[in-house]
Amino acid sequence: MLKYILNRLLLVIPTFIGISILSFSFIRLLPGDPVDVLAGERSMSAARRLELLHVFGLDQPIWKQYLDYLWRALHGDLGTSLTTAHSITGEFLTLFPATVELSICATIFATIIGVFFGILAATHRGGWLDQLTMGTALVGYSMPIFWWGLLLIILFAAGLHWVPVSGRINLDFYFKPVTGFMLIDSVLSGQKGAFVSAVQHLILPTIVLGTIPLAVIARQTRSAMLEVLGEDYVRTARSKGLSNFRVTGIHAFRNALIPVVTTIGLQVGTLLAGAILTETIFSWPGIGKWMIDAIGHRDYTVVQGGLLLIAVIVMSVNLLVDVLYALINPRIRTR
Amino acid sequence: MRLLTTLLAASALAVVMAGGAYAKTLVYCSEGSPEGFDPGLYESGTTLDVNVASYEGLVKFKLGTTEVQPALAEKWEISKDGLTYTFHLRHGVKWQTTDYFTPTRDFNADDVVYSFERQIKGTTYLPDTTFAYWGDMSMPDQVAGIKKIDDYTVELTLKTPSAPMLANLAMPFAEIVSKEYTDKLAAAGKMAQLNDEPVGTGPFTFVNYQKDANVRFKANPDYWGGAPKIDLVFSINKDATARLQSLLAGECDVMAYPSPADVDSIKKNPNLTAIQEKGLNFGALWYNTQQKPFDNVEVRKALDMAIDKKAMIAAVYQGQGQVANSALPPTMWSSIDATLKPSVYDPAKAKAMLEKAGVKDLTIKIWAMPVARPYMPDAKRAAEMMQADFAKIGVKATVYSVDWAEYLKTSKPVDRDGAVIMGWTGDNGDPDNFFTPNFGCDAVGGGNRAQWCDKDFDALLKKAQQITDQKARAKLYEQAQVIFNKQTPVSLIAHSVVTMPMSKKVTGYVIDPFGLHHFETVDKSE
Repeated sequence: MLKYILNRLLLVIPTFIGISILSFSFIRLLPGDPVDVLAGERSMSAARRLELLHVFGLDQPIWKQYLDYLWRALHGDLGTSLTTAHSITGEFLTLFPATVELSICATIFATIIGVFFGILAATHRGGWLDQLTMGTALVGYSMPIFWWGLLLIILFAAGLHWVPVSGRINLDFYFKPVTGFMLIDSVLSGQKGAFVSAVQHLILPTIVLGTIPLAVIARQTRSAMLEVLGEDYVRTARSKGLSNFRVTGIHAFRNALIPVVTTIGLQVGTLLAGAILTETIFSWPGIGKWMIDAIGHRDYTVVQGGLLLIAVIVMSVNLLVDVLYALINPRIRTR
Repeated sequence: MRLLTTLLAASALAVVMAGGAYAKTLVYCSEGSPEGFDPGLYESGTTLDVNVASYEGLVKFKLGTTEVQPALAEKWEISKDGLTYTFHLRHGVKWQTTDYFTPTRDFNADDVVYSFERQIKGTTYLPDTTFAYWGDMSMPDQVAGIKKIDDYTVELTLKTPSAPMLANLAMPFAEIVSKEYTDKLAAAGKMAQLNDEPVGTGPFTFVNYQKDANVRFKANPDYWGGAPKIDLVFSINKDATARLQSLLAGECDVMAYPSPADVDSIKKNPNLTAIQEKGLNFGALWYNTQQKPFDNVEVRKALDMAIDKKAMIAAVYQGQGQVANSALPPTMWSSIDATLKPSVYDPAKAKAMLEKAGVKDLTIKIWAMPVARPYMPDAKRAAEMMQADFAKIGVKATVYSVDWAEYLKTSKPVDRDGAVIMGWTGDNGDPDNFFTPNFGCDAVGGGNRAQWCDKDFDALLKKAQQITDQKARAKLYEQAQVIFNKQTPVSLIAHSVVTMPMSKKVTGYVIDPFGLHHFETVDKSE
């Protein structure tokens, strides 16, 4: 097991270097630099442009900029934002909990509902329930997030006033963040009603962000369940006279879980991509919105540093899933 | 649903009992996050909005106008040669008291000298920053120095006379920071805090900023102009549709930048009101006047005549604008927009003019900006309409669009292909600010995306910069506008109307012609 984990860890090194190069060059390949954005419609003399490039450290040769970035990144220093002059790690840590909180809620939502409907579809294979669930899943999977988010806002927030439009908590509540997780901080604040408000603000973004993963999980659960339900040991279990619930719920489902767990792990990337749009619509102060703004401003340091941090996190989650996978299924680690 | 209502009511009651909520808070749904809180470092409108809440300069624009009036300076004199400005400062102005700073003295000349000197020296206390607006308004070329005469008198000296200097000093970058506060931060090795936790003399005292979520201010009880009646929260949301939904749901009281398509429905809503003001701007199609056949004024005039500008104002600006005849908006002094010969939509004549100029099978690339600006709310739609208009006179147009940063950069070079949709919103209410950065010879290859350099026009601009008599300057700008109109380096499209939607509970809001948002005069009924 240890050897397996070490092997997986070693693979992380070339991936890290690859990502550092990609994240560094991607934003620089786009025409237009931070000085162009700063100038906007305005005219700028060549001297002033050079002066600003110097301020941003962009007058250095490109290889030197990369090596500086890599060297500092390896020492845990990702530099400061070209727009706000704040430390990138600091900004990331301020905003990341909001994204994590939303992503966790979306994952839980997608998993519970997705697995439930997946099993339902598999056990009613070919029936109208199966058709309906899988049809809805296909619609969910194809849903444009921006449109879906605005539709829910117009219906349930501005129209019916069931839930708030945007933000993480009602503006009447004011407390300094402790953990950055609003659900926890609202409880810690001791202000009554704060937690409820935080939950209400989470409902729509959770549904919007969870929709695509939900569809994927439902479809994956269905096909995994169908495969397992056809296995010999399931037939044996049935012939032993076990109840239908024990056969599907315990024997079959446990074995169907492996590909489902992998699917959930792989959804981390989807969640982060979805977070960019969800956070923009719901004014959710997370890293998705942060990255999009940074690309627009050509804030090189934020884009390269942010991408690197996100990549490291996605890699770690995937590593964790691989380990979990190996734990659930001993065949993997001995292979 | 009943459970939800009960929970909501309980939480509201709890908040009132805990005293956690502000007495009367105005929530402003803003369009983006401030980059920082030091008034000298940034120049985007989003950041300047939070600066003007807590800081003030020596002078300021009378709200809703471009007229310069006293602020921290009660009065001033300008020497005859236009090189020395003596400012007499207001007595008894208090610095804001916050959780992180308690002032021991009132505002005085030391603060003014410090605030100017740091920008004159040009080095900031933060990496990757510069006194951006100071540089971009060419202040280093104009300001020689500043000195304290006594505690309430300062003298600003210039290198050359500069007619727009007072207007420049009314801009947010010239706002005054507290020397006592910065000294304290510097001594503690915490200078960076100046950009996170501001201390000004303005109407609102900073409370807290939660990144990308909200900025909180409370009314400054010591404000020399009288304490505002509200506390103020900026609630940040980038998406115009979501901002409007927040306004409809009562989560905010005032919203920034509605999309033009929504203005009609806002006006019809019984709970909302939309106040409107003519903006200090113009939107245009900028030809490359150094490229054939656009170097021929007749070709430019023909294309200008082929554009149905009225239809464009109806469709792109949703009627919120007027056809522009001059680059200077009619509300600006010296503008002859109203009396200049208006551009007439006449495709048949346009076609004949092109033929006369010997231009056949003309193709043109129209650059459509990917972002909405007050002067151009929907450039893609505008470009498509121009494409259809040009097709009517046999000109084949293609629409081209890239992301904003790339657009800004690649539309500047002299050898750029095609015509660019772009525009301008004034910085300081001075005509020079409309002409020199956009149409001056020095700006060719830069902000002058028409690549147009007319010696007579440029000479008039230079001359007008050197004199301070407004009447004499106005005459020069009138002549300049006539030349501009004859030469048509760009097809002027519109001066747009700025709309601010708000709840009917909000009173006293005044639209700033420069596009910033001020709340010191605002009240809200419960």
